[in-house]
Amino acid sequence: MKEDVNKNDFGIFSILNKGFWEAWPICLGYIPIGIAFGVLAQKAGLTPMEIGLMSLIVFAGSSQFIAVSMISAGASMGAIIMTTFAVNLRHLLMSSSLSVFLKEVSRLKLTLFAYGVTDESFAVNYVRFKEGGWDPDSALVVNHLPNLTWIAATIMGGYGGQFIPAGAFGIDYALIAMFICLLVFQLKAWKYVLTAILSGTLAVILSLALPGNWYIVLASVIAATIVVMIVKKSGEENADDID
Amino acid sequence: MTSTDYLLLILGMGLVTYLPRWIPLFFLTRRKLPSKIIDWLDLIPAAILSALLIPALVTGGEPLQFTLFRPHLWVAVPTFLFAWWTRSLGGTVVLGMFLFWIVEKIMV
Repeated sequence: MKEDVNKNDFGIFSILNKGFWEAWPICLGYIPIGIAFGVLAQKAGLTPMEIGLMSLIVFAGSSQFIAVSMISAGASMGAIIMTTFAVNLRHLLMSSSLSVFLKEVSRLKLTLFAYGVTDESFAVNYVRFKEGGWDPDSALVVNHLPNLTWIAATIMGGYGGQFIPAGAFGIDYALIAMFICLLVFQLKAWKYVLTAILSGTLAVILSLALPGNWYIVLASVIAATIVVMIVKKSGEENADDID
Repeated sequence: MTSTDYLLLILGMGLVTYLPRWIPLFFLTRRKLPSKIIDWLDLIPAAILSALLIPALVTGGEPLQFTLFRPHLWVAVPTFLFAWWTRSLGGTVVLGMFLFWIVEKIMV
């Protein structure tokens, strides 16, 4: 009995250790962004508890930033929820791609896993699963260790916000820098570069022409549709990473 | 916004965020999407990240205008190159913040 317990402890330790070495760069990236979010949310009138609760229940960085700016602008609840849905719909692709590697996993664990699917954990886990020698439990650590870091960092920002002057330490740039790096991760082939150029150009035009945040989803859907049609028409059967 | 409104708001946000994460994992672990849909969905992350990023770099002001003269764009160039060479998320965030902080200080 005692030996079993020890064996389990060692197993959990080994999984945590494996997951930790993949998760720490994500955690490091989340600390300044989380603090920046907490500061902005505090300036928008949210308490540290309200900030922590949003991080716990939503856990989706960019949509949390957008939600806070919409709260400050006095947007309606429906508009904020619709925008959150539109901004986070991309996780549908990530979970779909990851599902290929999680066939043996229980549905309870999948339900827990789903909560931590982000751009960052997806990028790391997808690469690890493709390389082989990666297991769902370590992947779960990669999903949830950054989650805990995010919640803690946003609450810290909420408390520290009143002591940090606006624009200090370049915190306003944390999210832009994260988007730059995540976009770089995506530019694996010319079709992604083309999609990014098209979507970025459309987003600029649409953001100037339309009120609200609809330009994000509109530009993305139009750009992806056009590029899929171009790739299909030119007859290039791409050996995609996704299959 | 009252506390009850705020709670309803984040519960709504949580639900619409969780469902797209959960549905494919729960239902697709024994199925596969049509390849056309996968090809299309495969382009969505690059499209969304670019749609979020580019307007933040080249638009600004009240009312919103197109401009190439904001530090956000200039700082993006070395930040992009750093991300391209190092592939480091944490490093890119720290460098981008640092450069932006310096540029803002010089300009003020």
